[in-house]
Amino acid sequence: MNRSDLEAMAQRELQRQQAFRCRILCCASTPCLSSGGSAVYDAINEAIKEGSLDAEVQAVSTGCMGPCSRGPMITVQVNGAEEVIYEHVTPEIGRQIVAQHAAADAPNREATPEVESAPSLSKHVLPGDIPFFVKQKKIVLANSGLIDPERLEDYVAHNGYKALAYALREMTPEEVCREIINSGLRGRGGAGYPTGLKWDMVRKARGDKKYVVANGDEGDPGAYMDRTLMESDPHRVLEGMAIAGYAVGAEQGFIYVRGEYPIAAKRLERAIRSAERRGLLGSRVLESNFNFRIDVRIGAGAFVCGEETALMASIMGMRGQPIPRPPYPAQSGLWGKPTLINNVETFGSIAPIIQNGAEWFASIGTAKSKGTKIFALAGKVDTTGLIEVPMGITLREIVYDIGGGIPDGLAFKAAQTGGPSGGCIPAAHLDTPVDYESLRALGSIMGSGGLIIMDEHSCMVDVAKFFMEFCMDESCGKCVPCRVGTVQMHRLLERITDGSATMQDLETLKELCVMVKETSLCGLGQSAPNPVQSTIHYFLEEYEAHIRDHHCAAGVCTLDKRPVTEWVHA
Amino acid sequence: MSVKTSPQSRARPRAATEHPSGDPRFSLIDRTLKRFSFQQDALIEVLHTAQEAFGFLSDDLLIYVAHQLKLPLSWVYGVATFYHFFTLTPQGQHNCIVCMGTACYVKRAAEIVAALQQEYQITAGETTADGRLSVSTARCLGSCGLAPVLVLDGEVLARETPESALERVRQHLAEHAGGAKPETNGAGVRERNGIESNGGIHEPI
Repeated sequence: MNRSDLEAMAQRELQRQQAFRCRILCCASTPCLSSGGSAVYDAINEAIKEGSLDAEVQAVSTGCMGPCSRGPMITVQVNGAEEVIYEHVTPEIGRQIVAQHAAADAPNREATPEVESAPSLSKHVLPGDIPFFVKQKKIVLANSGLIDPERLEDYVAHNGYKALAYALREMTPEEVCREIINSGLRGRGGAGYPTGLKWDMVRKARGDKKYVVANGDEGDPGAYMDRTLMESDPHRVLEGMAIAGYAVGAEQGFIYVRGEYPIAAKRLERAIRSAERRGLLGSRVLESNFNFRIDVRIGAGAFVCGEETALMASIMGMRGQPIPRPPYPAQSGLWGKPTLINNVETFGSIAPIIQNGAEWFASIGTAKSKGTKIFALAGKVDTTGLIEVPMGITLREIVYDIGGGIPDGLAFKAAQTGGPSGGCIPAAHLDTPVDYESLRALGSIMGSGGLIIMDEHSCMVDVAKFFMEFCMDESCGKCVPCRVGTVQMHRLLERITDGSATMQDLETLKELCVMVKETSLCGLGQSAPNPVQSTIHYFLEEYEAHIRDHHCAAGVCTLDKRPVTEWVHA
Repeated sequence: MSVKTSPQSRARPRAATEHPSGDPRFSLIDRTLKRFSFQQDALIEVLHTAQEAFGFLSDDLLIYVAHQLKLPLSWVYGVATFYHFFTLTPQGQHNCIVCMGTACYVKRAAEIVAALQQEYQITAGETTADGRLSVSTARCLGSCGLAPVLVLDGEVLARETPESALERVRQHLAEHAGGAKPETNGAGVRERNGIESNGGIHEPI
């Protein structure tokens, strides 16, 4: 396949899609499937068959549409009319939707959906102009919810693989790296290292073989951006990896997918096969001299494998234990060869940058953080789900406009970003712009994109204990500060939450935080104290209330024990 | 000179590729081994296949994999115990996974775990004495919008309270009291007794 074949394929697919008068897009990503999405899809297909509407109406199973708590979601596209989005769709509602939009609208009638006429349906309509949709800017997730992730043609029809074709024909590897540097794209895995610089480093590194690795081991509890991207638009990730392979001179790529994501792995495998069949991956990509193969590697449930050296160990079939850096993977990575490791979301940003130019990408976001970031908004907000926002948006906009505020009339208490490596941001800092530097200044990190909102019923000490327990469990045990330090910190936090701590314990805890942070080998240990430090910083009175007054304002901790010193004095 | 082959003799070559124990599940492992051309790097992939086929990684299975990949047994054991996904003990007939991701935790998933532990007298990660139910916790199932989430034999239960979750589990166990295991759980143990019968070290094929 070459460039003109690609164009022809896109045209064919577009014509095929336009031949349908009405397309019903059904979300088939994990949250919607969990709430019964597949039954809805089947019901709609049945209804189409019953009404013999096969030629006019098409049901498509797509990726994530965003508001996961409102699933199963459905979008109806009728030719010449605005899209209508439905929430909480049941199989019965699905049949009604078919009847409403397809059967009732004869082709010669005005195609405007008459939502008002069906009261039971109108309850399920989600207006397209609510802040949840308006405040978002979809670049990486542009195709998510619009295309069928299992069909290559659908992706190609949405400008897929155009960027790869352009890069292979019009750009040298050096120019590709330059373009990425100019775009200001930074690693979306959390640390925020400039992507272009990393690419350039691997490009310049010497090695007979080089590798490209996509990190899809999304271990943060409460984050599912990477999974959604891999499930909803797998070809976007593959295209980004292929462009990276061309830029750095690699012929082999690996996608490391978390073991808990079987659907994502399946769709990626299928996407790789179909791309190889059409000559978009494999040998002589798009009839150029560039070869690039991609293999999927399934993780086996270890949070530490999100760390790049541990991830490489896992790809090589070993225990996922990190090794000290330098040498960085750019010099010596998989099997000792120069290796480029980027997050899945970073690779998802590549194709739009090549297509629209670095200036376009750099015009979005703040001075130092460019582009958009995907967040998994969850916890105590009205609408939870997956959002993509331009960098620099304030937390308040995310929580109150996009998320719709805190339910049950409760007050916002804190936003937790960055999972077990991040921190809690209190209400006083709600107007902070969300970018790498601002979040770091607040003692948290951007992280991979988990954003958990907490209200008054969340005890911050308990939250810190939860994350410490996580780090304690997930510590690989290689270095002592992390292996022993996390256990000790967890023990101290446990004492604070059961009431048997003294003020001295709080001091010890603070000291331990610094020690573990300074001396651990890898990112896991170095960032493990973050949740504790940030909650002590912003919610010290809560810690003190637990210790001094045996009082948990949120009513979460039992506090039924007493410190040993009290027994002595009694 | 042509010798007429009988149906039995034609079937023989196929039989030769089977594992000496006669357990057809070993052919699944062998297929993965061949796919990765017996590369030692493929250890995790092979263990995935083995666990999918057998439900858990028995000692025999680890020995077999170590032998096939020419790796020290300690190495294979080290990898199998490092990753949470692999389990070295048989799982119960039914399994219930409670998500303990941050979003679920904030919405009081810990109380659901406590309720289940109290009811069935086991701690998370264990199986009841009669082998009926395994209760475990997961880091995050990625359905944070539906928190708190449970997965009961592959079926996702969303927005549960401790009481409702307990009720669903009780009901589920009662429905399948006959011992028949629902189809939905692909990773579960299908023939638990089948494994014990292939005891001994598995010879390479």
